Amino acid sequence: MGEMEELRKEMENLKDQITAARKTFQDSTLQEAAAGVTVVGRVQLKTRKTLRGHLAKIYAMHWGTDSTLCVSASQDGKLIVWDTITTNKVNAIPLKSSWVMTCAYAPSGNLVACGGLDNMCSIYNLKGKDGNVKVMRELAAHTGYLSCCRFLSDTEIITSSGDCTCVLWDIETGTQKTVFAGHQGDAMSLGVSPDFKYFISGACDFTAKLWDIREAECRQTFGGHESDINAIGFFPNGNAVITGSDDATCKLYDLRADQELLTYQDSSIMCGVTSLAPSKSGRLLLAGHDDFNVNIWDMLKAERVGVLAGHDNRVSCIGVSSDGMACCTGSWDSFLKIWN
Amino acid sequence: MTINTMAKGGWHRDQMSCFRKMEKVIVAMQDPDMGMKMRNQRLLITIIPHAMTGRDIIDWLMKKSNICEEESLHISGLLVRYGYIYPLKEPRSLVLRPDESPYRFQTPYFWTSTRWPASELDYAIYLAKKNIRKQGELMEYEKERYSVLHKRINHTWDFVVMQAREQLRASKQRRKADRIVLECQEQAYWLINRPPPGARNVLDMGLERPNNTARVTLNSEHYKNEIDTCKRALGRNRVKSSICLEGFMKYSEQYQNHDPIMQGCLPSNPWISDDSAHWTMNLETVPTPTRLRVERWSFSFMELLNDEMGRREFMTYLEKEFSGENLAFWQACEDIKHGESSKIVEKVEEIYRNFLAPGAPRWVNIDSKTMDKTLSGIRHPHRFVMEDAQMHIYFLIKKDSYPRYLKSDLYKNMLAKGIVPQETKKSVFPFMRRQRHSSPSPAQVATQATEEGGNAKGAGQAGTNSAAGSNV
Repeated sequence: MGEMEELRKEMENLKDQITAARKTFQDSTLQEAAAGVTVVGRVQLKTRKTLRGHLAKIYAMHWGTDSTLCVSASQDGKLIVWDTITTNKVNAIPLKSSWVMTCAYAPSGNLVACGGLDNMCSIYNLKGKDGNVKVMRELAAHTGYLSCCRFLSDTEIITSSGDCTCVLWDIETGTQKTVFAGHQGDAMSLGVSPDFKYFISGACDFTAKLWDIREAECRQTFGGHESDINAIGFFPNGNAVITGSDDATCKLYDLRADQELLTYQDSSIMCGVTSLAPSKSGRLLLAGHDDFNVNIWDMLKAERVGVLAGHDNRVSCIGVSSDGMACCTGSWDSFLKIWN
Repeated sequence: MTINTMAKGGWHRDQMSCFRKMEKVIVAMQDPDMGMKMRNQRLLITIIPHAMTGRDIIDWLMKKSNICEEESLHISGLLVRYGYIYPLKEPRSLVLRPDESPYRFQTPYFWTSTRWPASELDYAIYLAKKNIRKQGELMEYEKERYSVLHKRINHTWDFVVMQAREQLRASKQRRKADRIVLECQEQAYWLINRPPPGARNVLDMGLERPNNTARVTLNSEHYKNEIDTCKRALGRNRVKSSICLEGFMKYSEQYQNHDPIMQGCLPSNPWISDDSAHWTMNLETVPTPTRLRVERWSFSFMELLNDEMGRREFMTYLEKEFSGENLAFWQACEDIKHGESSKIVEKVEEIYRNFLAPGAPRWVNIDSKTMDKTLSGIRHPHRFVMEDAQMHIYFLIKKDSYPRYLKSDLYKNMLAKGIVPQETKKSVFPFMRRQRHSSPSPAQVATQATEEGGNAKGAGQAGTNSAAGSNV
């Protein structure tokens, strides 16, 4: 039998016990719980602006905190900061490596970051003294591609990578402060909690993990998906995690109940989820898919209430502005669209 | 999936799930009892059996899955795009037309999932067949590819030509209708697996992710760690799911009026009216904030603290009560946590001098245990050295001063003075009777009145729960 086999059995046994323990706290069905909630009718959003300028697939976008500026990254090797009202390009930053997979806007609005197959996270200062946008730091230590990055402040950033780890960096010194290891597959995306104390990561091992930034440990792990988790985000009150996966479903995991509470799926949705964003009140969930559409879900009733069809290729990224006014989608068709 | 992995079996793992789903639908469509009714289709002088029209496909899907036409069009479009159904007329245009255009099911032999990845050799044989069958039948791009392949796999070229000839000979022995069908099927397969330049490549998986060598090794240490984690997880406190769900509902309800996608936004949606009044009214610092904004301060302590104006108002209130140093201390600690590493030492010293030292000008009241811990921590300052003290003060303010502030005249006046913008009227043609909203609500909440002009909706009223009948 061997020691290893016994250890593995003990681990499986404990995991079963955890599943059973979680079940005892499932004391209501969604139908019962959401019975009294007002019904949301059909949600119809229209394209208000189309941002043209990228010459190749757009892989990522992120809103700034002021609700009118956003940054997008494309395979044409450019990072563009857009004024979404006028559709003007505020900055068009040429990148050293065109294989970019992610981008992020700092809450202060001073910095943007991007990274990809170069395994590095490059930080750019938008408010440099002479007006030129230059690379401020190159954070290199990952042994795999950079899949996602999010700023905590102008001095700290968290990255997720194909080397299965997430890292918290000190931007000033360009060094790793904490390495969060534990995933058994490429870490594909991450999200920071509203109070900046925790972050969540989704990976190709089909699980999502909640990490305590300060204590540098994994607090909770959530499974249930049948394929890679491509997108992840917090419910606006910070008490739940929403994940989107290649298995074409989204799931809501509650942190306090320590389990999955809702699954958003429909037999007519066959293509994987690439990106997701909740609306400001958390009532609606917008999910971008491989089949060129965005599906809008009523999060409390787990029903589909709308579809955004306007892209000619995969929707690769989506975001809702911080005041909840508008939703931006980016696609492989090289356009970004603003909807509301 | 936005990024491809070429790890062994990676493609199968990533793409197969959507193919399997499509294949289920296709199999159901071909069910002898419940499936689609097919008919013979005349193509020039030949009759092709088992064909169906685009309209048939859409109607069948609508009935079977109880979906609307738009959705059905989308799904059937997917089935054509991925090659499970192919058009008989205009084979190069892989779209589903909701009319009398004829379509056929692709044979499973030629499903993309069956023959993946499409091999170069097979493509060469296919092009060779086309070339032999009728000189000059190859399209321009096919000719180019043919010559590229000829160079690349020159060593097997004899085999390629031999196979092509053999397949052509075998097909000549078939009935004409069968031969045409087979040619159509093969052509459809290659249109998807080797699309013409300019056509969308549906099998494009994006960036090739390098094979991951940094995997976790499943050794005894790994299992021991997992066991520890499981033991800790087993003992954690959990909350009943009903309570959690209720929490989400309360939150959504509370924020519904503050969610422009749910409820629209006053005075107008800047994206529609090109009027940035909404943002001007909600800047960080304005002389008078909007009522919605002031209302949010009462939702949670964090909402108040995250709004700079809210914090200032709260500070004014605290100074009146001579407890302003608490908020100032909290802010200074936040500054250390999120600020530059190089300034940590000097900031910690400043906090000590101002807030913690005996006789400090703005001394904060922390319990002795926390104070001792903090003072000893200060000797080796780091980003989180003030965390415990900060938490203590945070909870103090939250439990005590914050609720009192919400009941205070200062807050109530702020709320009463708060601006409730009037909806901007969109300019209309003189003969249009009904005005268009410049701030429509994209979500039509069932209890609200249908849109009639003016301020019927959105003026900060809560969406009332209709009596139980809102949901069957």
